[in-house]
Amino acid sequence: MTDTILETEGLTKEFRGFVAVSGVSLRVRRGSIHGLIGPNGAGKTTCFNLLTKFLPPTRGRIQYDGRDITGLKPAEVARLGLVRSFQISAVFPHLTVLENVRVALQRQRGWNYDFWRSDSRLRQFDDRAMELLEDVGLTSYAMMTAGELPYGRKRALEIATTLALDPVMMLLDEPTAGMAHEDVDRIVALVRRVSAGRTVLLVEHNLKVVAGLCDTITVLARGSVLAEGDYATVSRNPEVVAAYLGTEADSVSMGAAAHG
Amino acid sequence: MENLILQALSGLASASSLFLVASGLTVIFGVSRIVNFAHGSFYMLGAYLAWTFVTNLPRGHLGFWGGVLGAALAVGVIGMAVEMLLLRRIYRAPELFQLLATFGVVLIVQDLALLIWGPQDLLGPRAPGLRGSTEVLGLRFPLYELFLIGVGPVVLGLLWLLFYRTRWGTLVRAATQDREMVGALGVNQRMLFTSVFFLGSLLAGLGGALQLPRESVNLHMDLSIIAEAFVVVVVGGLGSLSGAALAALLIGELHAFGILIFPKITLVLVFLVMAVVLVIRPHGLLGRPQEAARGTGMAEPVIRAAPPALKWLGLAALIAAILLPPFAGDYALTVLTDMAVFILFAASLHFIMGPGGMASFGHAAYFGLGAYGAALAVKWLAAPMGLGLALAPLAAGLGGLVFGWFCVRLSGVYSAMLTLAFAQITWSIAFQWVELTGGDNGILGVWPAPWAAGKLTYYYLTLALCLGATLILRRIIHAPFGYALRAQRDSPLRAEAIGMDGFRIRWAGFALAACMAGIAGGLFAYAKGSVFPTYLDIPRSVDALLMVLLGGVQTLSGPIAGAIAFTGLQEQLSRMTDLWRLVLGIVIVLLVLFFPQGLAGAARSAWEARDARPNA
Ligand SMILES: Nc1ncnc2c1ncn2[C@@H]1O[C@H](COP(=O)(O)OP(=O)(O)OP(=O)(O)O)[C@@H](O)[C@H]1O
Ligand SMILES: [Mg+2]
Repeated sequence: MTDTILETEGLTKEFRGFVAVSGVSLRVRRGSIHGLIGPNGAGKTTCFNLLTKFLPPTRGRIQYDGRDITGLKPAEVARLGLVRSFQISAVFPHLTVLENVRVALQRQRGWNYDFWRSDSRLRQFDDRAMELLEDVGLTSYAMMTAGELPYGRKRALEIATTLALDPVMMLLDEPTAGMAHEDVDRIVALVRRVSAGRTVLLVEHNLKVVAGLCDTITVLARGSVLAEGDYATVSRNPEVVAAYLGTEADSVSMGAAAHG
Repeated sequence: MENLILQALSGLASASSLFLVASGLTVIFGVSRIVNFAHGSFYMLGAYLAWTFVTNLPRGHLGFWGGVLGAALAVGVIGMAVEMLLLRRIYRAPELFQLLATFGVVLIVQDLALLIWGPQDLLGPRAPGLRGSTEVLGLRFPLYELFLIGVGPVVLGLLWLLFYRTRWGTLVRAATQDREMVGALGVNQRMLFTSVFFLGSLLAGLGGALQLPRESVNLHMDLSIIAEAFVVVVVGGLGSLSGAALAALLIGELHAFGILIFPKITLVLVFLVMAVVLVIRPHGLLGRPQEAARGTGMAEPVIRAAPPALKWLGLAALIAAILLPPFAGDYALTVLTDMAVFILFAASLHFIMGPGGMASFGHAAYFGLGAYGAALAVKWLAAPMGLGLALAPLAAGLGGLVFGWFCVRLSGVYSAMLTLAFAQITWSIAFQWVELTGGDNGILGVWPAPWAAGKLTYYYLTLALCLGATLILRRIIHAPFGYALRAQRDSPLRAEAIGMDGFRIRWAGFALAACMAGIAGGLFAYAKGSVFPTYLDIPRSVDALLMVLLGGVQTLSGPIAGAIAFTGLQEQLSRMTDLWRLVLGIVIVLLVLFFPQGLAGAARSAWEARDARPNA
C-alpha cells in the first residue's frame, strides 16, 4: 500500500477552447484531509467532475489506489470507494430523507437488482440510516420529502448519503455552503471524526474551516495549481494572496485568516 | 440505371412533401416545445379542404391553385384557433399532457372529417398545366412530381428569408435557442406562439393540399404522415429547420430505394435509420442538446401508501369482480376480460413512466409482441395455450431488452420518439411480413384450451393472471429495485455518485414492464381468438398512455382506475354513438384542461383536502 491514494498527471479540461483545468498534477496522501481552494471559477468543481468521471478529461491521467481510473464510469469509480458530494445539492427529491440514505445503504449491499424483498425487509437499514442522519443533525427531518428540505439541510443529507457508502475517499464540494453557524461547526466536527481511516478532499470557501481541518492545501487559480502546502505556508504565499485579492469577498476572509 | 434515376427523382418529390410537413412541426416544437400529434391531422385537413375547394371552384388554374392555397390558409387559421383555445392554457403542463391534448385533437378531427367528408376515399383532379410527363435525362417523368421537387427548396428558401431577414424570424430563432428569452418577451410571447402555430399549421395544410393530384384523400392520412414527420424531425434534430430538410431528403430517398432493394421492409428501414441516427447522435443530425428538460412528464411523482378508504374501495371492487361475473352475460364478461387485460397493460406502462421516469409512446409494441408471440406459436407450432401464454411475456421481454437498450440511453422527447419508432418497426413487420404474420388479415384461430374456453372461466383466468402480475409490479416498486428505479429517476447525478448504474436499472425496468405488457397481450390474443397489426399500432400505444394519465401517474391505483374508466368509457361510447372518437377526444381535452393530476390524483387531492379541514 503506497502512501498516495489519489494522483493526477497533467489533468486538463477544455470547454470548446476555454481551458477550465490546465495541467493539474495533484497528489493526495492516504488518510489526510486535503483542501482544494481558489477563487470562484478557478476550476475546483471541474476538477471534482474529472476525478469522479462525471466529465472526461481532455488530457491527463488519474490514478486511484494504485489503479488507473481515467477510463472508468462515474458509478464504477463510486463503487471503488471514491464518493463525492455536489456543490449544487443533488438529493432524491421525491424520496423521504430516510429513504435517501437507505437507497445508498441498499446499493452498498448490492441489493439494487432485488425485485422481491419487501419494504419491511428494507427497514433493517433504518437504524443505520437514523444514525447517519443524527450525525448530520437531520433526525427530526427523517420523514420529510427530501425535495422540501431547506438548502443547508440538503447539503447535510448529501453528506449522510455519502457516508452511508462507507467511502475510502470522500470528495466534498463546499459542504458547509448555505449552512448556519452552528451547523457549520457540526459538519466540521463530523468531517474530522469520519476522516479517521479515510481520505477527504475538500473544496471550501470558508477559510476558517480550511485552516482548522486540512493537513495539506492546494490552491487553484484559473485552472492551474498556484501553490501547495500547509495552511501557514500557503497563506503567506504572495501569489495566493494576490489571486484572492483579485476577488473582492474572499480577499477579506483570506486576509483576516492570514493575520489571525 | 434509368430505374435508379427515376427512383431518385421520385424520392426527391416525397422528400419535398415530407419537408413541408416536418418543417411546420419542427418550428412549432422549437418555439413552444410542444410535440404536436395533431400536426398530421392538419395535413389531412389540408387535403380534404383542398378537395372541397378545388372541386367546387371553377376548373382551371385559378380554381386549382386558389383552392390549394385557400386550404393551406384555412388550416393555418384552424391551427391558430387550436393554439389559442387549448394549447395556450397548457404550456406549463408536463410534456405528456400536451401530447395527450394534441392527441385529443387528432380524435376530434378524425370524426369531424368523417362527418363532413364521409368514409370513402376521395379523388381530386390533376393539376392544370402539370398533367402529363416530361423528358428528364431522356426519361419520362411526371410533371407534377417535378413541380413538387421544386416546391421543397422554394419553401425552404422562403422560410430562410423569413427567419433570417425579418424581426419576427429573429424572435422565433431566439425563442428556439433560449427558453428564458421567451419569458422576457412578455406581451409579445402570445403573438409569437400564435403566429408560429399559424405558420406551422399552414405548412402542414399546404403539404396535404399538394397531395391532391398524387393520391386519394382518406381518413388514415393523419397518423401515417405524423409518424414519418416525427421521424424526420427527430432525425434532423428537434427545432432545426435545416436538419428537417436534410432528414426529409434522407428519408425520402430511403423510401424510394428501399422499395427497390427491400420491398418488404421499407417502413422498418426508415425507423431503423432513425434508431441508428439517435444512437450515434442523441440529438439528431443537426439538433442541439435541450437545456434541462422538464422531466418526462410527471409533476410530482410521489408514491405513497394508499389511504385506507382507497384500500377498502379496492377490496370491494375486487370482491365484486370475483363474485358478480357468474351472473353477468357474455357481453359483460367480454368487457370485464378486456378491463383486466388493460389494467395490466396500463400498470406496466405506469411502471416505466411513474417510478422509472421514462416516457413511452410505443408501449403497444410489447403488448403486440406478446399477442403475436402467442399467436405465432399457435399458428406455426400448434402450441397449446399454456405454452402460448408462456411465450408471450418472453417475446415481449426480449423485445423490451433489445429496444430498451437503445431507448433508455436517451432522455425526454428523443427517448419517447425512439420508443415510438420501435413500435412502428414491430407494427410494420406485422403488417408487411405477410407470409409469417398474415399481414393485415392477422392470425385467426387463437383459441383458449378447452378447459378455459368458457367465457366465465377465461375471465377468471385473465383476472387471476393480470391482477397477479399487477400486484407483482406493485411489490417490485416497493422492493429495493423499485427504490433504485425511483432514485435514478429523481437524480441521475446522485444515483451515479452513489455507484448506481442508471442505465442498467432503467434497462431492467423497461424490459420488465415489456414482459408484463406481453402477458396482457397474450391473454388478449386468446380472448379475441385472433391478432391483428392494430394490436401494436399508435392508437393502441396512446390508449395505454391515456389510461395512465387519465388515472394519474402519481399513484399506483391511478393506472388501474384509468384502465377501468377508459375501457368502460370507450365501450359505452362506441355502443351509443358512431362518433365515439369525437366524444373521447373532447373528454381528453377537458381532462387535460381541468384535471392535470388524473382521476386518482384528483380524487386523492379532494380526499386529503377534506381530511385536512379542521373539524370536518
Ligand atoms: N460545462 C461547462 N461548459 C463550459 N464551461 C464550463 C463548464 N463547467 C465549468 N465551466 C467553466 O469553467 C470554469 C471553472 O468552473 P468551476 O465550476 O470548476 O469553478 P469553481 O472553482 O468550482 O468555482 P466556484 O467557486 O464558483 O464553485 C468557469 O469559468 C466555468 O464557467
Ligand atoms: Mg465549484
